[in-house]
Amino acid sequence: MNVTSTPPLPAWGMGGAENEPLLTVEDLHVEFATRQGVVKAVNGVSYALRPGETLAVLGESGSGKSVTAQAIMGILDTPPARIPKGRVRFRGTDLLRLSEDARTQIRGRRISMIFQDALSALNPVFTVGSQIGEMFQVHEGVSRREAERRAVELMDRVRIPGARQRLHDYPHQFSGGMRQRIMIAMAIALGPEVLIADEPTTALDVTVQAQIMELLAEVQRESGMGLILITHDLGVVADVADKIVVMYGGRVVENAPVRDIYRNPAHPYTRGLLESVPRADRKGRELYAIAGMPPDLLDMPPGCAFAPRCPYRQDNCVTEPVPLYRIGATRGSACHYWREVLDGGHG
Amino acid sequence: MGRYLIRRLLQAIPVLLGATLLIYAVVFALPGDPIASMSGEKRMDPDIVGILRDQYHLNDPFIVQYWHYISGVFQGDFGRTFAGVEVSEIIASKFQVTLNLAFTALVMEAVIGVGLGLYAALRRGRAQDTLVLASTLVLISIPTLVTGFVLQLLLGVKLKQSTGIEIFPVAGVSDGLRSYLLPAFVLAGTSIAYLARLTRTNLAETLRADYIRTAVAKGLPRRRVIGRHALRNALIPLVTYLGADLGTLMGGAVITETIFNLPGIGQELFRSVYERQQPVVVGIVTLLVLVYILANLIVDLLYAVLDPRIRYE
Repeated sequence: MNVTSTPPLPAWGMGGAENEPLLTVEDLHVEFATRQGVVKAVNGVSYALRPGETLAVLGESGSGKSVTAQAIMGILDTPPARIPKGRVRFRGTDLLRLSEDARTQIRGRRISMIFQDALSALNPVFTVGSQIGEMFQVHEGVSRREAERRAVELMDRVRIPGARQRLHDYPHQFSGGMRQRIMIAMAIALGPEVLIADEPTTALDVTVQAQIMELLAEVQRESGMGLILITHDLGVVADVADKIVVMYGGRVVENAPVRDIYRNPAHPYTRGLLESVPRADRKGRELYAIAGMPPDLLDMPPGCAFAPRCPYRQDNCVTEPVPLYRIGATRGSACHYWREVLDGGHG
Repeated sequence: MGRYLIRRLLQAIPVLLGATLLIYAVVFALPGDPIASMSGEKRMDPDIVGILRDQYHLNDPFIVQYWHYISGVFQGDFGRTFAGVEVSEIIASKFQVTLNLAFTALVMEAVIGVGLGLYAALRRGRAQDTLVLASTLVLISIPTLVTGFVLQLLLGVKLKQSTGIEIFPVAGVSDGLRSYLLPAFVLAGTSIAYLARLTRTNLAETLRADYIRTAVAKGLPRRRVIGRHALRNALIPLVTYLGADLGTLMGGAVITETIFNLPGIGQELFRSVYERQQPVVVGIVTLLVLVYILANLIVDLLYAVLDPRIRYE
């Protein structure tokens, strides 16, 4: 065991009660220095993930969902990124205050991540076997032969046909779905406690999407890890997620158990999202689209970022900061008028 | 792969033929009379001039002269100088010096150029980065002729005078590798600067790639992320540059060998052009073209080795 200046993290399974959150993000702020000014990509995001839980983080491009994930992983480029405020607690320890060495120990081993486009996320000049096996070689110091053997095991586990023969193939020789399976194999290699999947199915065909989601759910069930599923696709999350966090303009606008959100959203943005999903029973009618444009992260209003596009907007929305109102024990909505939103239809 | 290789080698034949024809024509078009220059200031007996002109086919039209030359080449006869020395012998005796020079320069280019580039890329935006950018720009802007004489004077002559020890010989090849260091650096100078900049840009670009983010997310140490995942990808275009540059270096040897008095084919070429030794000029230039073609072929084959996405059939 290396002696570091940071307190040791409790090992997997020893973190106290099962209900204790595995990972919490607390009031996280991330900003990027650009030529045009400071882009405030994440503005006070908080969420919690418990062991064995699937948390879906939903939001459009630029909502800060991926940046939050990258801050958790510690893979933001700093500069230009900066984290002026906030905490990321993993089993009680604030990751943001760990040394780079200590974070490298956690990355890939205890918290791992898969990305949207597996073709560009895999190194084109190394075989998939070596890229998977690298996890064992670097983190556990095993021999190349042993690393290869375990890579085959993993490829079998994520159901890549003919794993042994394909060990020495390169990423470009696989289909999109198979490549994402390779990413998953790599991410689960060391039995992480948290897996962050950043739009894992966006680049895939619909049928392949379902297979990948199934695989993720299965891997999660077997290992009991926490899964953070980042997506902009409502259809993807309904079946697998336990909780949903909806993000807009770098803030959490609503969080709730998945059933509650689908049954009755408590934020106008969530409602808009649900209504813009094409449905068979509304065939022939015009598709609903949320009017207006996403907020300018260079110039965020003091009040609600969604206000300019919101059918429930009142005068105080633009000027008054919105807290995340608690609705019952498990929900929250960052809307002054959440009661009206819950009561039904869009105004 | 085999078929690709054969096709490429076949393609080289018309290129070589074209090159010889072109060079032959250029030397043919040079003003002056080679026979007259043989005797220097003195007038030669017109009868002897006539015999010599006949012997070297100098009275024939251009295309017939070329035919005499090229048919000889195909029989392994690269012609003779007017003094009667076999061109192949001259090339054989001088080629080694130029090869030594070019390869020393190439190694310097690879080590210093790539090294500087990596150094700058990993310190992007900082003072060291700016220093590399500025100094390489200066190096690119100064002609080899100037760097050659200046370094010869400073590192060769002045350094020896002030320290009393000869660290860099200023001329000749009598000191083994040491005699090549200064000329090789002069020869490689511009290329070192270009390569440093290319490496810097390339690595900086590669470090922004998605697979680098993946490598970091895998919890790999920074040294492995850069040294294995980034470098391996960033190297691919650098190899192309280095390979293509071998030809440029051999061509550049004309100036460097003349400055440092190295008895290589560059110096020989310079003298032969001066003396209108047509077969020597054509022989050397054709050899340079051949080196260039082979270097490019090797680069293309290496490409497939370095980048698994490229396959030749």
